[in-house]
Amino acid sequence: MQVEVRVFATLRRYLPELGISEPKVVEVPQGTTLDQIREMLGLPAEEVKVIMVNHLQAAPEDRAADGDRITYIPAVAGG
Amino acid sequence: MARKILRIKMDDLSYKYEEVPSKWAKWGGRGLTSNIVAEEVDPTCHPLGPNNKLVIAPGWVSGTPAAPSSGRTSFGGKSPLTGGIKESNSGGTSSQKIAKLGLAAIILEGMPKDSKWYVLVITKDGVKFEEANDLLGKGMYEVDEILWKKYPNKPAIIGIGMVGEKKLSNAGISVNDPENKPGRYAGRGGLGAVMGARGVKAIVVDDTGGPGVEIANMDLFKTGRKKLTDAITSHDLTKPGGGLNSYGTNVLMNIINEAGGLPTRNFSAGYFEGASKISGEMIAETVEKRGGGMTGHGCHTGCIIKCSNIYPDEDGNDLVSPVEYETAMSLGSNCGIDDLDYIAKMTYQCDDLGLDTIEAGNTIAVYMDSGALEFGDKEGALSLFDEIRQMTPLGRILGQGVKATAEAFGVFRVPTIKGQSMPAYEPRAIKGIGVTYATTPMGADHTAGYTIAPEIAGVGGKVDPLSDEGKSELSLTFQAATAFIDSTGYCLFIAFPILDIPEGWAGMAESVAGVTGQSITGDDVISIGKEILKVERDFNTRAGFTAADDRPPEFMRYEKLPPHNEVWTVSDKALDEVFAWVNS
Repeated sequence: MQVEVRVFATLRRYLPELGISEPKVVEVPQGTTLDQIREMLGLPAEEVKVIMVNHLQAAPEDRAADGDRITYIPAVAGG
Repeated sequence: MARKILRIKMDDLSYKYEEVPSKWAKWGGRGLTSNIVAEEVDPTCHPLGPNNKLVIAPGWVSGTPAAPSSGRTSFGGKSPLTGGIKESNSGGTSSQKIAKLGLAAIILEGMPKDSKWYVLVITKDGVKFEEANDLLGKGMYEVDEILWKKYPNKPAIIGIGMVGEKKLSNAGISVNDPENKPGRYAGRGGLGAVMGARGVKAIVVDDTGGPGVEIANMDLFKTGRKKLTDAITSHDLTKPGGGLNSYGTNVLMNIINEAGGLPTRNFSAGYFEGASKISGEMIAETVEKRGGGMTGHGCHTGCIIKCSNIYPDEDGNDLVSPVEYETAMSLGSNCGIDDLDYIAKMTYQCDDLGLDTIEAGNTIAVYMDSGALEFGDKEGALSLFDEIRQMTPLGRILGQGVKATAEAFGVFRVPTIKGQSMPAYEPRAIKGIGVTYATTPMGADHTAGYTIAPEIAGVGGKVDPLSDEGKSELSLTFQAATAFIDSTGYCLFIAFPILDIPEGWAGMAESVAGVTGQSITGDDVISIGKEILKVERDFNTRAGFTAADDRPPEFMRYEKLPPHNEVWTVSDKALDEVFAWVNS
């Protein structure tokens, strides 16, 4: 199955080929967890503070579904 | 030398130094401004009339040696925008200089009998009242430049632009930054109009030769300072090269958009297709590409977070500082504008004219919603600032803010609470911040109780943003902690590391205890914050506010917000629970 992955802010260092908010389309087997996808993309666990799937909060152990929009987010706040 | 209150009377152009009465001795910053306003200002007075006052106070630790990121000044009074009590808080150069003059607060009261305008020059030797006629009608960029030439010790300049001179409700108070640019603002709530009503165009604060800040227990202060500094410099968000330092507050643009909570086209959607083009990442790329401006800019001496930026124009020349997340929302996504150059140009206009950027952008969005201008029309939006500069009838309406503009142009989608428009987080998608907007004594204000930390950022725990559950208690806890931090002089952004690092939380309290000599630990933060909130809520009750004023606007209860297609669902009962303890 295919999922779309986005990374923002300081996590972009690990996928420098992507433009801002540009998705990386990844082919993964059914049942792959969000944490496994993170590992596959070389994003350090300690730098991923929040994960969202389809605009909703998700947990690392959640399994991805075909067509999911997955976002890995580092420490952010402000305003 | 004990701190003094400097009372300036504009009726007869006199001033006096007063001992801080024992009832106020424990307070600094917001705690002090709110207590003074609550006691000395009649809650039913007209905000622009002779009985309102402008109270200015540095925080407890401002002006002490190397207290990290501690340059915040509190400005208090009765707000022309909300009709309630207001504390508006700014960075810039003023806090440390006022504190180093040995002042706990400046109280500005009365109105000149001769209808003249003045610049107040405050030094260790007292106050000089200088006529300001040559500065009238001038924007804050020019005012700051003129006053730094005239007063060569690089003083703090607290000033108002033309909007404050005309006493319009969206007038902010500018504070110059270390490079003497006017972009640091006590923006919210129209306190610039309150200053204008006192006949004061600018206040020059020169701390040369001042007595400095007395520290009761230097060892305890140093211990607390170190713990706090360590927390700030080790947390991923606030450390050098971390999220705020690299991308500024606008690091949030893409994230809040992903969460479906980015106010878009006058609060009609929570997702903006152009968000990435106006994000913090894009600011950083622009700075790099154009070879001018900077990220990691500090708004005051001694800031170790440095979340500010200087945005460059197409030729690499400095255009404006800063472009914040809130500004990129209000002048960007909320107007359907996806062009950072235009957002920066409009921010420059706001800083020069003396407008709060949040309210100004949201006002244009409401104007667009009326059909007077297309969403996304960046040229049209920019030209509206000419209307304000020329004080045309349209410009005067826009200078009054969202509520007045909506009324003038027949718009029902009015994203205000207590007359103040909402910042950059949609309450239908992030419920806790909606509870804060609704119930804070300040009117819709994200900084009053920033539940975004656990609801979106996973800072200080993790909470589902779409759920109603537990949001009353969450909001109250954040509102109380904020009231305390707003009293310290520390930037509110220290909250992020110390919510995750308990030693930092303790260190903040210890540094305050060390300076003031009060017995304060981390366990006292919430209860002290609640004391301040109680005073503020009581002022608003006496001003005539009721539970009906603690409600989000009606359209949010029936208009579904994409992409979550959520409406506002938190019950009125849950909103009323937030401050039920005040009257019990």
